[in-house]
Amino acid sequence: MTSEKKIRVLIAKPGLDGHDRGAKVVARALRDAGMEVIYTGIRQTPQMIAEAALQEDVDVVGLSILSGAHMELFPRIVQELRSRGVDDVLLFAGGIIPEEDTPTLKEMGFQAIFRPGTPTTEIIEYVRSHVGTPV
Amino acid sequence: MTSADFTERVLRGERRALSRVITWVQDDMPQGREAMRALFRHTGHAHTIGITGSAGSGKSTLTGVLARTARKRGRTVGIIAIDPSSPFTNGAILGDRIRMQDLTGDTDIFMRSMATRGSLGGLTAMAADVMAVLDASGKDTVIVETVGAGQDEVDIARTAQTTCLVLTPGTGDDVQSMKAGIMEIADILVVNKSDLAGADQLISQLRAQLSYSEHGDWLIPIVRVMANRGEGVEELMDRIDDHAGYLRSSGKLEERRLERSRHQIVEAIRAELVRRHLSGEGSHNLERLARLVAERELDPHSAADEIISGSTSPG
Repeated sequence: MTSEKKIRVLIAKPGLDGHDRGAKVVARALRDAGMEVIYTGIRQTPQMIAEAALQEDVDVVGLSILSGAHMELFPRIVQELRSRGVDDVLLFAGGIIPEEDTPTLKEMGFQAIFRPGTPTTEIIEYVRSHVGTPV
Repeated sequence: MTSADFTERVLRGERRALSRVITWVQDDMPQGREAMRALFRHTGHAHTIGITGSAGSGKSTLTGVLARTARKRGRTVGIIAIDPSSPFTNGAILGDRIRMQDLTGDTDIFMRSMATRGSLGGLTAMAADVMAVLDASGKDTVIVETVGAGQDEVDIARTAQTTCLVLTPGTGDDVQSMKAGIMEIADILVVNKSDLAGADQLISQLRAQLSYSEHGDWLIPIVRVMANRGEGVEELMDRIDDHAGYLRSSGKLEERRLERSRHQIVEAIRAELVRRHLSGEGSHNLERLARLVAERELDPHSAADEIISGSTSPG
């Protein structure tokens, strides 16, 4: 049905860790919830992620990271998005991210951080209720 | 910002605006219609290439290396990669960017993934509109990639000026392609993974098939490639350019344009009828009539007549 607004989500893995099971589980869960998920694969640079978000005109960008480099990479991704005029997307992150980083990441725009063990229904619910209201 | 502002920005090749207008067109929003009205007169510049073939034949990889080859020849490139939506949830995973990683650093390549979505809207019409938007934004080459598995996908490939059918050795592709009738739409046959056993056999089978089919005065070339290594892709680009030249010099370009325009109008009528009669109030009508048809109280054609004429049936 072409006349409804589809939720388009970019799921990307920045940095050098190659563990993409989490990202794939989330991608599949969002697909099964009726969303269109653009999956870019592993080892994405901030530029590649921002460029994909721009060209695909996604509503949501979800980043999965397990390497511990999130405080390094996430600000650069946000900056690359802004420099391309992509300032209206909902951001979320998942993976091994210490609690103590949450406040800084929230300030950066990552309103939700999903850690290991999060039920996929929680992520779906979050995307559905927050899409179109980016911060 | 109004859609007129966006139209101006698309014509200047601004990527953020281009991206948003494509969304409007794909979501079939009123702004998309407005943008198409304004942009359409600025189209017709790009050479459009359709890449089709079965799942796993290497279409995405090939599309990626073709785009890079076109860039080397100084052309700007737009890409549309179409993947299926789930018929159950309407969701989709679009993974073509995985095979086109190295294109993202080049701002003269714009790549968009699209899902087929439901069957009610005209997919071919929508894809043609998105191609037109990329064309209007100044792209010299527009490549559209589809899985050649259904009528829609074959139709989309036909929307392009030069259609490449990608085949691989050892998959029974020669017989399959005869069955599906997609050989007829190919302007160029591409044998990918041509280092695999059976490549020579496939090529001779294709030659045999071509020898007893009618293709006018364009001799359909068979090009061997190994897309993952970029081998044979320069030659493929040469053949695509030959075909573009042939279309222009033979008058076929005008002929195809006319044929395509006719097709596009019919598609647009179909899509508009579906929208008018099956959205909002119409969807309740559809539900009610579907029950009657399922119970064999009404035949499907009468049900369709009823929806179109807006009358209500007894019962």
